[in-house]
Amino acid sequence: MRAEKKQEIDMGVLSSSVSITGYKIDGKLEDPVMETMEKKLKQHTIMEIDEEVSEKAIGWTSLENPYEPDFDGASFCIGTYMVFALRIDQKSIPSKVLKKYYTLEMSKLLSESGRKYLNKTEKRMVKDRVYSILLRRYPATPKVYDLIWNYEEGFLWFFSNQKSANEELETLFSKTFQLSMIRLFPYTIADLDTGLSDSEREQVNKLSPTRFSE
Amino acid sequence: MLDVSVSYNRYKFLGHEFLTWLWFLMENNRPFLQKEVPELTSLEIGNRIVLENRLNEGVEIITIKGDEAGFEEAMLSLRKGAVVTELHLLFEAADQQWQFNLKGESLNVSNLKTPKTQTAQSHEDLEGAVLEKIYLFEKVIGLVNILYKHFVKIRISDEWKQGVVPEIKKWIHA
Repeated sequence: MRAEKKQEIDMGVLSSSVSITGYKIDGKLEDPVMETMEKKLKQHTIMEIDEEVSEKAIGWTSLENPYEPDFDGASFCIGTYMVFALRIDQKSIPSKVLKKYYTLEMSKLLSESGRKYLNKTEKRMVKDRVYSILLRRYPATPKVYDLIWNYEEGFLWFFSNQKSANEELETLFSKTFQLSMIRLFPYTIADLDTGLSDSEREQVNKLSPTRFSE
Repeated sequence: MLDVSVSYNRYKFLGHEFLTWLWFLMENNRPFLQKEVPELTSLEIGNRIVLENRLNEGVEIITIKGDEAGFEEAMLSLRKGAVVTELHLLFEAADQQWQFNLKGESLNVSNLKTPKTQTAQSHEDLEGAVLEKIYLFEKVIGLVNILYKHFVKIRISDEWKQGVVPEIKKWIHA
Protein backbone atom coordinates (compact mmCIF):
# COMPACT_ATOMS: atom_id res chain seq x y z
CA MET A 1 0.00 0.00 0.00
CA ARG A 2 1.30 3.40 -0.89
CA ALA A 3 1.34 5.88 1.96
CA GLU A 4 -0.27 9.16 1.08
CA LYS A 5 1.94 12.05 2.03
CA LYS A 6 0.01 15.05 3.24
CA GLN A 7 1.34 18.42 2.24
CA GLU A 8 1.14 21.51 4.39
CA ILE A 9 -0.83 24.39 2.96
CA ASP A 10 1.72 27.14 2.60
CA MET A 11 0.43 30.71 2.48
CA GLY A 12 1.31 34.13 3.83
CA VAL A 13 -1.21 34.18 6.65
CA LEU A 14 -0.07 30.79 7.93
CA SER A 15 3.68 31.39 7.52
CA SER A 16 5.88 31.23 10.57
CA SER A 17 6.72 34.93 10.22
CA VAL A 18 4.48 37.65 8.82
CA SER A 19 4.46 41.41 8.31
CA ILE A 20 1.23 43.36 8.63
CA THR A 21 0.09 46.77 7.41
CA GLY A 22 -3.22 47.94 8.86
CA TYR A 23 -5.97 49.82 7.00
CA LYS A 24 -9.26 51.41 7.99
CA ILE A 25 -12.08 50.81 5.49
CA ASP A 26 -15.02 53.19 5.40
CA GLY A 27 -18.30 52.62 3.62
CA LYS A 28 -20.50 49.62 2.86
CA LEU A 29 -21.07 47.47 -0.19
CA GLU A 30 -24.43 47.08 -1.81
CA ASP A 31 -26.70 44.37 -0.30
CA PRO A 32 -26.49 41.41 -0.45
CA VAL A 33 -22.88 41.99 0.55
CA MET A 34 -21.52 38.49 -0.15
CA GLU A 35 -22.88 38.47 -3.69
CA THR A 36 -21.59 41.99 -4.36
CA MET A 37 -18.19 41.05 -3.06
CA GLU A 38 -18.04 37.84 -5.09
CA LYS A 39 -19.04 39.73 -8.23
CA LYS A 40 -16.44 42.45 -7.66
CA LEU A 41 -13.66 39.97 -6.90
CA LYS A 42 -14.48 38.05 -10.07
CA GLN A 43 -14.43 41.27 -12.12
CA HIS A 44 -10.88 41.97 -10.94
CA THR A 45 -9.48 38.44 -10.69
CA ILE A 46 -5.86 38.12 -11.86
CA MET A 47 -5.55 37.36 -15.58
CA GLU A 48 -2.92 34.89 -16.75
CA ILE A 49 -0.34 36.57 -18.97
CA ASP A 50 2.12 33.72 -19.48
CA GLU A 51 1.48 33.44 -23.19
CA GLU A 52 0.56 37.06 -23.69
CA VAL A 53 2.62 40.06 -24.69
CA SER A 54 1.74 41.76 -21.36
CA GLU A 55 4.54 42.53 -18.95
CA LYS A 56 2.55 42.82 -15.75
CA ALA A 57 -0.82 41.78 -14.32
CA ILE A 58 -2.43 42.68 -11.01
CA GLY A 59 -5.60 41.17 -9.62
CA TRP A 60 -7.28 39.29 -6.80
CA THR A 61 -6.77 35.63 -6.15
CA SER A 62 -7.85 32.97 -3.67
CA LEU A 63 -5.98 32.38 -0.47
CA GLU A 64 -5.93 28.62 -0.74
CA ASN A 65 -5.28 28.29 -4.47
CA PRO A 66 -3.52 31.45 -5.56
CA TYR A 67 -2.68 29.96 -8.98
CA GLU A 68 -6.25 28.87 -9.69
CA PRO A 69 -8.43 31.67 -8.35
CA ASP A 70 -11.96 30.68 -7.42
CA PHE A 71 -14.40 32.98 -5.66
CA ASP A 72 -17.51 30.87 -6.14
CA GLY A 73 -19.92 30.44 -3.26
CA ALA A 74 -18.33 32.95 -0.90
CA SER A 75 -15.24 30.73 -0.65
CA PHE A 76 -13.33 33.87 0.39
CA CYS A 77 -15.29 34.04 3.64
CA ILE A 78 -13.78 32.51 6.80
CA GLY A 79 -15.80 33.10 9.95
CA THR A 80 -16.69 36.78 9.88
CA TYR A 81 -13.61 37.67 7.82
CA MET A 82 -13.09 38.10 4.09
CA VAL A 83 -9.83 36.40 3.30
CA PHE A 84 -8.26 36.60 -0.13
CA ALA A 85 -5.04 37.78 -1.75
CA LEU A 86 -3.50 40.30 -4.09
CA ARG A 87 -1.42 38.74 -6.86
CA ILE A 88 1.11 40.64 -8.90
CA ASP A 89 2.57 38.81 -11.91
CA GLN A 90 5.58 40.42 -13.49
CA LYS A 91 7.77 39.36 -16.39
CA SER A 92 11.36 40.38 -16.33
CA ILE A 93 13.52 39.72 -19.37
CA PRO A 94 17.24 39.80 -18.59
CA SER A 95 18.96 42.55 -20.55
CA LYS A 96 21.58 40.11 -21.86
CA VAL A 97 18.88 37.83 -23.27
CA LEU A 98 17.26 40.81 -24.98
CA LYS A 99 20.64 41.91 -26.35
CA LYS A 100 21.36 38.43 -27.73
CA TYR A 101 18.09 38.09 -29.64
CA TYR A 102 18.20 41.72 -30.79
CA THR A 103 21.72 41.27 -32.17
CA LEU A 104 20.76 38.00 -33.93
CA GLU A 105 17.65 39.59 -35.43
CA MET A 106 19.64 42.61 -36.64
CA SER A 107 22.25 40.37 -38.34
CA LYS A 108 19.50 38.38 -40.03
CA LEU A 109 17.77 41.49 -41.34
CA LEU A 110 21.02 43.04 -42.59
CA SER A 111 22.07 39.89 -44.37
CA GLU A 112 18.63 39.39 -45.92
CA SER A 113 18.42 42.98 -47.15
CA GLY A 114 22.07 43.32 -48.12
CA ARG A 115 22.23 46.61 -46.24
CA LYS A 116 25.08 47.70 -43.98
CA TYR A 117 23.02 49.31 -41.25
CA LEU A 118 19.49 50.10 -40.06
CA ASN A 119 18.27 53.56 -39.16
CA LYS A 120 17.22 54.56 -35.65
CA THR A 121 13.48 53.91 -36.23
CA GLU A 122 14.15 50.50 -37.76
CA LYS A 123 16.39 49.54 -34.83
CA ARG A 124 13.66 50.60 -32.39
CA MET A 125 11.11 48.50 -34.29
CA VAL A 126 13.37 45.44 -34.22
CA LYS A 127 13.95 45.88 -30.53
CA ASP A 128 10.21 46.20 -29.83
CA ARG A 129 9.42 43.13 -31.93
CA VAL A 130 12.11 41.01 -30.22
CA TYR A 131 10.89 42.23 -26.83
CA SER A 132 7.30 41.23 -27.65
CA ILE A 133 8.37 37.77 -28.84
CA LEU A 134 10.37 37.24 -25.66
CA LEU A 135 7.48 38.46 -23.49
CA ARG A 136 5.29 35.70 -24.95
CA ARG A 137 7.96 33.12 -24.19
CA TYR A 138 8.80 34.18 -20.65
CA PRO A 139 6.51 33.12 -17.78
CA ALA A 140 5.61 35.82 -15.28
CA THR A 141 6.88 35.62 -11.70
CA PRO A 142 3.87 35.65 -9.38
CA LYS A 143 3.91 37.35 -5.99
CA VAL A 144 1.01 36.69 -3.65
CA TYR A 145 0.13 38.91 -0.70
CA ASP A 146 -2.68 37.72 1.56
CA LEU A 147 -5.20 40.02 3.20
CA ILE A 148 -7.81 39.71 5.90
CA TRP A 149 -10.74 42.10 5.85
CA ASN A 150 -13.03 42.47 8.83
CA TYR A 151 -15.90 43.97 6.86
CA GLU A 152 -18.20 44.62 9.82
CA GLU A 153 -15.59 46.43 11.90
CA GLY A 154 -14.04 48.22 8.93
CA PHE A 155 -10.42 47.18 9.21
CA LEU A 156 -8.12 45.25 6.91
CA TRP A 157 -4.72 43.64 7.43
CA PHE A 158 -2.44 43.38 4.44
CA PHE A 159 0.39 40.90 4.82
CA SER A 160 3.23 42.97 3.49
CA ASN A 161 5.01 46.16 4.48
CA GLN A 162 6.49 46.67 1.00
CA LYS A 163 5.72 50.14 -0.28
CA SER A 164 5.08 49.04 -3.88
CA ALA A 165 2.78 46.14 -2.86
CA ASN A 166 0.80 48.44 -0.56
CA GLU A 167 0.42 51.01 -3.33
CA GLU A 168 -0.84 48.35 -5.76
CA LEU A 169 -3.27 47.13 -3.11
CA GLU A 170 -4.66 50.63 -2.51
CA THR A 171 -5.15 51.21 -6.24
CA LEU A 172 -6.84 47.88 -6.94
CA PHE A 173 -8.97 47.96 -3.78
CA SER A 174 -10.33 51.38 -4.61
CA LYS A 175 -10.98 50.38 -8.24
CA THR A 176 -12.74 47.16 -7.19
CA PHE A 177 -14.84 48.20 -4.21
CA GLN A 178 -15.07 52.02 -4.46
CA LEU A 179 -14.63 52.25 -0.68
CA SER A 180 -12.36 54.56 1.28
CA MET A 181 -9.16 52.81 2.37
CA ILE A 182 -6.85 54.64 4.75
CA ARG A 183 -3.47 53.28 5.74
CA LEU A 184 -3.00 53.28 9.51
CA PHE A 185 0.13 54.99 10.83
CA PRO A 186 0.75 57.25 13.85
CA TYR A 187 -1.21 60.25 12.57
CA THR A 188 -4.17 58.40 11.03
CA ILE A 189 -4.55 56.13 14.08
CA ALA A 190 -4.59 59.19 16.35
CA ASP A 191 -7.03 60.99 14.08
CA LEU A 192 -9.44 58.17 13.20
CA ASP A 193 -9.06 55.34 15.64
CA THR A 194 -8.45 56.72 19.10
CA GLY A 195 -11.89 58.08 19.93
CA LEU A 196 -10.64 61.66 20.34
CA SER A 197 -13.02 64.61 20.35
CA ASP A 198 -12.73 67.28 17.64
CA SER A 199 -10.81 69.59 19.94
CA GLU A 200 -8.43 66.76 20.93
CA ARG A 201 -7.84 65.94 17.26
CA GLU A 202 -7.03 69.60 16.70
CA GLN A 203 -4.50 69.34 19.53
CA VAL A 204 -2.85 66.40 17.75
CA ASN A 205 -2.51 68.55 14.62
CA LYS A 206 -0.64 71.17 16.65
CA LEU A 207 1.89 68.78 18.22
CA SER A 208 5.61 69.18 17.58
CA PRO A 209 8.52 66.86 18.49
CA THR A 210 9.68 66.57 22.11
CA ARG A 211 13.35 66.73 23.00
CA PHE A 212 14.25 64.18 25.66
CA SER A 213 17.92 65.18 25.87
CA GLU A 214 18.89 68.10 28.07
CA MET B 1 -7.91 65.23 8.28
CA LEU B 2 -4.62 66.22 6.71
CA ASP B 3 -3.38 64.76 3.45
CA VAL B 4 -2.14 61.21 4.09
CA SER B 5 1.33 61.50 2.56
CA VAL B 6 1.98 64.86 4.24
CA SER B 7 0.78 63.63 7.64
CA TYR B 8 2.85 60.43 7.38
CA ASN B 9 6.07 62.43 7.27
CA ARG B 10 5.04 65.35 9.45
CA TYR B 11 3.86 63.20 12.36
CA LYS B 12 6.20 60.24 12.26
CA PHE B 13 7.82 61.73 15.36
CA LEU B 14 4.71 60.54 17.25
CA GLY B 15 5.65 56.94 16.48
CA HIS B 16 9.25 57.53 17.53
CA GLU B 17 8.18 59.17 20.78
CA PHE B 18 5.75 56.31 21.37
CA LEU B 19 8.56 53.72 21.13
CA THR B 20 10.81 55.81 23.38
CA TRP B 21 7.97 56.10 25.92
CA LEU B 22 7.31 52.36 25.63
CA TRP B 23 10.92 51.52 26.38
CA PHE B 24 10.74 53.87 29.39
CA LEU B 25 7.59 52.08 30.61
CA MET B 26 9.15 48.64 30.19
CA GLU B 27 12.08 49.73 32.34
CA ASN B 28 10.25 51.85 34.88
CA ASN B 29 6.53 51.25 35.06
CA ARG B 30 5.53 47.64 34.48
CA PRO B 31 2.44 47.92 36.67
CA PHE B 32 1.08 50.48 34.19
CA LEU B 33 1.57 48.04 31.28
CA GLN B 34 -0.12 45.25 33.23
CA LYS B 35 -3.02 47.52 34.12
CA GLU B 36 -3.54 48.50 30.47
CA VAL B 37 -3.14 44.96 29.16
CA PRO B 38 -4.26 42.67 32.00
CA GLU B 39 -3.32 39.43 30.22
CA LEU B 40 0.25 40.63 29.66
CA THR B 41 2.78 38.71 31.73
CA SER B 42 5.87 40.15 30.11
CA LEU B 43 6.94 42.72 27.52
CA GLU B 44 10.66 43.01 26.82
CA ILE B 45 12.96 44.43 24.21
CA GLY B 46 14.22 41.50 22.12
CA ASN B 47 17.38 41.49 20.06
CA ARG B 48 17.14 44.73 18.09
CA ILE B 49 16.71 48.42 18.71
CA VAL B 50 17.20 51.17 16.14
CA LEU B 51 17.63 54.83 17.00
CA GLU B 52 17.92 57.94 14.91
CA ASN B 53 19.62 61.20 15.72
CA ARG B 54 19.04 64.19 13.48
CA LEU B 55 22.18 66.29 13.58
CA ASN B 56 23.08 69.46 11.73
CA GLU B 57 25.31 67.51 9.36
CA GLY B 58 22.80 64.74 8.66
CA VAL B 59 21.05 61.78 10.18
CA GLU B 60 22.84 59.27 12.39
CA ILE B 61 21.27 55.80 12.55
CA ILE B 62 22.27 53.58 15.47
CA THR B 63 21.36 49.89 15.30
CA ILE B 64 21.94 47.59 18.26
CA LYS B 65 21.29 43.93 17.58
CA GLY B 66 22.12 40.47 18.86
CA ASP B 67 20.73 38.30 21.63
CA GLU B 68 23.47 39.32 24.03
CA ALA B 69 23.45 43.01 23.12
CA GLY B 70 23.35 45.50 25.95
CA PHE B 71 21.48 48.74 25.58
CA GLU B 72 24.13 51.10 27.03
CA GLU B 73 24.91 52.43 23.54
CA ALA B 74 21.22 53.02 22.91
CA MET B 75 20.90 54.92 26.18
CA LEU B 76 23.94 57.00 25.28
CA SER B 77 22.31 57.85 21.96
CA LEU B 78 19.13 58.94 23.76
CA ARG B 79 21.26 61.25 25.90
CA LYS B 80 22.69 62.76 22.73
CA GLY B 81 19.20 63.47 21.42
CA ALA B 82 18.27 60.33 19.49
CA VAL B 83 14.80 58.81 19.40
CA VAL B 84 13.83 55.15 19.06
CA THR B 85 12.68 54.35 15.54
CA GLU B 86 12.33 50.57 15.72
CA LEU B 87 12.03 47.94 18.45
CA HIS B 88 12.07 44.16 18.43
CA LEU B 89 9.65 43.10 21.16
CA LEU B 90 8.97 39.90 23.07
CA PHE B 91 5.44 39.75 24.38
CA GLU B 92 4.15 37.03 26.71
CA ALA B 93 0.62 36.28 27.80
CA ALA B 94 -0.99 33.07 29.08
CA ASP B 95 2.29 31.13 28.80
CA GLN B 96 2.63 31.97 25.14
CA GLN B 97 5.17 34.19 23.41
CA TRP B 98 5.00 36.50 20.42
CA GLN B 99 7.99 38.24 18.80
CA PHE B 100 7.79 41.13 16.40
CA ASN B 101 9.43 44.29 15.12
CA LEU B 102 7.56 47.53 15.53
CA LYS B 103 8.54 50.46 13.33
CA GLY B 104 7.81 53.88 14.79
CA GLU B 105 7.09 55.91 11.66
CA SER B 106 4.41 53.49 10.36
CA LEU B 107 3.56 51.38 13.43
CA ASN B 108 3.83 48.47 11.02
CA VAL B 109 4.42 45.08 12.54
CA SER B 110 7.03 42.95 10.80
CA ASN B 111 8.64 39.54 11.36
CA LEU B 112 5.77 38.64 13.63
CA LYS B 113 6.20 35.16 15.07
CA THR B 114 3.17 33.90 16.93
CA PRO B 115 3.01 30.94 19.30
CA LYS B 116 3.12 27.69 17.35
CA THR B 117 -0.12 26.61 15.77
CA GLN B 118 -1.31 23.44 14.10
CA THR B 119 -0.47 23.19 10.41
CA ALA B 120 -3.27 23.02 7.88
CA GLN B 121 -3.04 19.95 5.67
CA SER B 122 -6.43 19.98 4.05
CA HIS B 123 -9.16 22.35 3.06
CA GLU B 124 -11.08 21.30 6.18
CA ASP B 125 -8.15 22.31 8.42
CA LEU B 126 -7.70 25.64 6.69
CA GLU B 127 -10.58 27.56 8.21
CA GLY B 128 -9.62 26.63 11.77
CA ALA B 129 -5.94 27.35 11.12
CA VAL B 130 -6.67 30.80 9.67
CA LEU B 131 -9.02 31.71 12.52
CA GLU B 132 -6.45 30.60 15.08
CA LYS B 133 -3.82 32.77 13.39
CA ILE B 134 -6.18 35.76 13.27
CA TYR B 135 -6.79 35.35 17.01
CA LEU B 136 -3.03 35.33 17.62
CA PHE B 137 -2.39 38.34 15.34
CA GLU B 138 -5.13 40.25 17.14
CA LYS B 139 -3.25 39.88 20.42
CA VAL B 140 -0.28 41.80 19.03
CA ILE B 141 -2.25 44.36 17.03
CA GLY B 142 -4.51 44.86 20.07
CA LEU B 143 -1.50 45.35 22.36
CA VAL B 144 0.02 47.99 20.07
CA ASN B 145 -3.34 49.74 19.62
CA ILE B 146 -4.14 49.90 23.34
CA LEU B 147 -0.72 51.25 24.21
CA TYR B 148 -0.60 53.72 21.32
CA LYS B 149 -4.07 55.06 22.08
CA HIS B 150 -3.05 55.57 25.68
CA PHE B 151 0.11 57.31 24.54
CA VAL B 152 -1.87 59.71 22.32
CA LYS B 153 -4.17 60.65 25.22
CA ILE B 154 -1.18 61.39 27.44
CA ARG B 155 0.70 63.12 24.63
CA ILE B 156 -1.99 65.79 24.16
CA SER B 157 -2.51 66.28 27.89
CA ASP B 158 -0.59 68.53 30.30
CA GLU B 159 0.68 65.37 31.98
CA TRP B 160 3.10 64.86 29.07
CA LYS B 161 5.11 68.04 29.65
CA GLN B 162 4.66 68.20 33.39
CA GLY B 163 5.03 64.56 34.39
CA VAL B 164 6.13 62.16 31.66
CA VAL B 165 8.87 64.11 29.88
CA PRO B 166 10.71 65.06 33.13
CA GLU B 167 10.53 61.38 34.20
CA ILE B 168 11.90 60.16 30.86
CA LYS B 169 14.69 62.76 31.01
CA LYS B 170 15.55 61.63 34.54
CA TRP B 171 15.73 58.00 33.33
CA ILE B 172 17.86 58.86 30.32
CA HIS B 173 20.33 60.93 32.31
CA ALA B 174 20.48 58.71 35.42
